[in-house]
Amino acid sequence: MKRPPKHAPVRIESTDDLRLFQRMMATAVTRPLSADDGLQAKWIDGRSMEKVASEFIKPNDRLTSFERLQLYNQMYWFRLFDAIRDDCPGLQAALGERAFGRLAQAYLARYPSRSFTLRNLSSRLVQFIGQRPSLTAPHTALALEIARFEWAQTVAFDGESKPVVSAAVLARTPPGRLRLGLQPYVTLLDLRHPIDSYVISVKRRDAMRSEASNTPDSAGSAWKPVRRAPLPRPSRTLVAVHRHNNRLYYKRLDPGAFRILEALSQGRPLTRAIAAAGPGVKPARVRNWFKSWMALGWFCARGNKRNRRAS
Amino acid sequence: MPANRFNGNCDYGIGIGLRVPHYAHILSKKPVVDWFEIISENFMVEGGRPLELLDKILEQYRVVQHGVSMYFGSADKPDRTHLRRLKSLVKRTKTPWLSDHLCWGSVDGTYTHDLLPMPYTFAAARRTAEKIRLVRDYLEVPICVENVSSYAEFHASEMTEWEFLTEVVELADCGILLDVNNIYVSSKNHGFNPYDYVDNVPHDRVGQMHIAGHTRFEKYILDTHDHPVLDPVWKLYAHATELCGISATLLEWDDKIPSFDEVHNEALKANEFIDGAKKAAV
Repeated sequence: MKRPPKHAPVRIESTDDLRLFQRMMATAVTRPLSADDGLQAKWIDGRSMEKVASEFIKPNDRLTSFERLQLYNQMYWFRLFDAIRDDCPGLQAALGERAFGRLAQAYLARYPSRSFTLRNLSSRLVQFIGQRPSLTAPHTALALEIARFEWAQTVAFDGESKPVVSAAVLARTPPGRLRLGLQPYVTLLDLRHPIDSYVISVKRRDAMRSEASNTPDSAGSAWKPVRRAPLPRPSRTLVAVHRHNNRLYYKRLDPGAFRILEALSQGRPLTRAIAAAGPGVKPARVRNWFKSWMALGWFCARGNKRNRRAS
Repeated sequence: MPANRFNGNCDYGIGIGLRVPHYAHILSKKPVVDWFEIISENFMVEGGRPLELLDKILEQYRVVQHGVSMYFGSADKPDRTHLRRLKSLVKRTKTPWLSDHLCWGSVDGTYTHDLLPMPYTFAAARRTAEKIRLVRDYLEVPICVENVSSYAEFHASEMTEWEFLTEVVELADCGILLDVNNIYVSSKNHGFNPYDYVDNVPHDRVGQMHIAGHTRFEKYILDTHDHPVLDPVWKLYAHATELCGISATLLEWDDKIPSFDEVHNEALKANEFIDGAKKAAV
């Protein structure tokens, strides 16, 4: 968003005036909350927020201009916090409530939504964690892996599905020339921790907590108390996050299988991709892997050059 | 109006919002519901479970699309990706009309995901109407714009909210989704008479109505959609139907969602408040 004008337009007589007005209001609405979850007392240029708000928002007999603007400011942040918490329960459990809150606010301030849908809200979270490691220290490497995993879940849930490559195409194309694409909703992850098991345990814990409580949510509360979950111990984990029959799955992969899928996703022809599995992998195992992947519908025509590996 | 060009000449009755907690009940029990309103953005995806579910619903029910992010009042041009996906969904659902809000929520491509109130000026009305026309022409489906609940008013405004709504829909030649709960909420927050609002909008352009619950706080009312409809809103609804005719009516219940039957029974209470409109129609 471009920098707002110094003062909101007194009159709105054109689309340009409307745009300036909307920049002013949107900058105020999206401004990070103060330490006590309210509208900041100062505007971006250091002037009193009370004064700035009163320049374009009318007070009424119960609320000042500042208080009316604050309602929108709080609703913006609470809504986006809710959305990102829904997307990232594992990351929140790993970092704890406070650290996750700091990360979420800093992320959304740096990367406000550029999409009409909240579905894409955490699409740049991995990038941001890498840019601001201090916000997740000393667990930055783990946080990066969880964020990758949780974004892969979003992609697997409602990502594009392309027509599956038919057996006839496979049969008539020489393996040395056959290049297969992976479905866009499949993400390959090479992780240093068993994030799949960790996320499952967090979801189970949250589900149990939800079932055990009959306390209604309080409207407007920004954060529910979430204690940090025990962190996973390092253990290399190769996993594909995907869907089958429109249900979300995590499939652990043998290193050889992972290398084949990775090579295919990089555009290598079938024979070279299979060679990437390594000399110790027996052909019968490779056949079984392909049988399973075909049954899952993972292969499609190569439509783009995007690397499906997200590690 | 029961059926008019703004709702695709459809004589729809009382519907409810299609919400996740009710999916299993709807698919397994197949309850009789006149129509479902879907939030368009929830299904503007490329694949997976949402579209599978939508297709199952479409096999059994009539569906009307309701959007939350077109932002007719934003100075920005409509987002092309948004429009393309919306058109694809319109073709899938065959929605007889489409609604979204008379508000803004994005600027310079940054989205607030909120329904922010407009400054009620003639220039803003012209820009908003221009966008509504553009979107309608692209989507090739009638459009109804919904009045939002609001918590702020602007010094720059040149008219009342209902005058602004009228100005926009006349310029755009589009319909109105009259949200009587939103009128009530805004009337309390801004100190106007909600009946003045209902009396002064163009009744022949109302293609649909919304009813919902709200929450009263010490200094303001929030449009929370987490309660049954409150009495003053039912009374306002009864008055609106007397003036506009018995319109397609939708109960919004989006938070602390109770059982399907509870939501549906609450929606069907609307039948108790349309006697005046029935008498007027005789």
